[in-house]
Amino acid sequence: MSRRLVTFSRIIKAGLVNFVRNAWLAVAAMAVMIITLTIVLFSIITNATFTNTIVQITDKIDVSVFLKDSTDQTQGTKLANDLRTLPNVKSVTYLTKADALVHYKQQNAGNPALISAINETDNPLPATIQIKPKELNKIQDIRDYLSKNNVKPLWDDVSYRDDRKAAIDKIAHATNLMRRAGIVAVLVFAAISVIIIFNTIQMAIFNRRDELTIMRLLGASTSYIRGPFVVESVVYGIISALISVLIIHSLFVASSSALQASSLGLLDINYAAQYFKGHFLALLTMQLVLGILIGAVSSTVATRRYLKFKTK
Amino acid sequence: MLDRVTKTYGKVATPALDRISLHVEPKEFVIVVGQSGAGKSTLLKLLTREERPTTGKIIVGGIDYDKLRDRDIPLLRRKIGVVFQDFKLLPNRTVFENVAFALEIVGATNHEIKATVPKVLDIVNLRGKEKRMPLELSGGERQRVAIARAIVRQPKILIADEPTGNLDPKHAWDVIKVLEKINHYGTTVLLTTHNQDIVNRLKRRVVTIEHGQIASDRDRAQYKA
Repeated sequence: MSRRLVTFSRIIKAGLVNFVRNAWLAVAAMAVMIITLTIVLFSIITNATFTNTIVQITDKIDVSVFLKDSTDQTQGTKLANDLRTLPNVKSVTYLTKADALVHYKQQNAGNPALISAINETDNPLPATIQIKPKELNKIQDIRDYLSKNNVKPLWDDVSYRDDRKAAIDKIAHATNLMRRAGIVAVLVFAAISVIIIFNTIQMAIFNRRDELTIMRLLGASTSYIRGPFVVESVVYGIISALISVLIIHSLFVASSSALQASSLGLLDINYAAQYFKGHFLALLTMQLVLGILIGAVSSTVATRRYLKFKTK
Repeated sequence: MLDRVTKTYGKVATPALDRISLHVEPKEFVIVVGQSGAGKSTLLKLLTREERPTTGKIIVGGIDYDKLRDRDIPLLRRKIGVVFQDFKLLPNRTVFENVAFALEIVGATNHEIKATVPKVLDIVNLRGKEKRMPLELSGGERQRVAIARAIVRQPKILIADEPTGNLDPKHAWDVIKVLEKINHYGTTVLLTTHNQDIVNRLKRRVVTIEHGQIASDRDRAQYKA
């Protein structure tokens, strides 16, 4: 057991020594890796932010059904209950005429003119059923239900706040686009960084081929020879992951102090910064795992061909 | 040890080794002689599994090479000490580190290394030169470092491929004396050379290879007696 430990620590040490020796070669490998990981991180944060924006806006959307004064409370309650059973309905609030009046007064508490105006009348507000849909795209089925013959006579008017739908569609569209662009960018850069690390390691192997031959002849196991190279590129991965997190972090610091803006176009920077902070550990771990994975895979492949026994 | 082994390189009509059979007893000292290109190096490369035989069987120390998997090759090489004509020392490491390297590879602890390496350097008469770099040493000294590295893991077999090829007679003889000493301690030694003087002075079993075949195997009976 202790022998394994000794060997393991020797491999780690050799890998770190290689890293220092190869520092300049490593810069190129790490630069690409940093770009890759930064794009990954950026994509994840923007994706989360857009999703959040959509959820928030969706939440504000409702369908209000204004009931006729002739519809009594039993009918109204029944309609509300029936609406609750629809698959696309998240919640239903039933406001009687009195509830509607209270609601109205609350909403316009800051406007005494309106309050006094409404107090002078005999509650002109209709009883209202507010429906929150689960998905905006399927709002049509609520519409269809309300248009049914047995339901239609119960209400006067329906307001769909359709104006917001356009905004939501835009964001959803942008999110989809971002997601796709992000995936493509990540794949392309990941491939490039694998190739560059691959070359870096091959170069390192070439520089030390005499030593490796001697190790081979003295009976060094494959993992003992390969280990230091893998360690070296895993170090690239770790450093790149840390730097990419640092880059994103400083971006947030810079944008919050310099721009003083809460949003950049459609991107809600406040939320993004909050998301980054809230999931910091998870994001950092993910970056580290990704960096280590890219490093380990490319160096393993790079050493593989060289380390085969060429006995034929 | 070797049984009707043939090794053919590429599509050349004449094989480098043609049905060679050779048996070496444990603790024997065998000198393999032959002209350059006769097949001496090929023979040794077969033993260290740098090459595979085209046909034939090789068994060393109970290990059947036919049954040896690639990943067991390192284990085989740890049991065989090898000394090369061109030393194959690591130029950027000291004498001590070069010898220690062979132990590091097999996972010896630093404690073991500190205990073993000086003893081995004693055997090859290099005590006091631990901190020298290989380039600061004479050829003979370098070859003795290489021998120290080869025997530090106490192999049963030591293979020396023309260890004196690059050395002047005096240093060559130093190296040979060290090999005799190691053989005396109980290690089988397989030495190739084309230095007739060494062959004559050693008075050991001599196997001569010509054109890929064993031309003579002298002194065997005499040696055994």
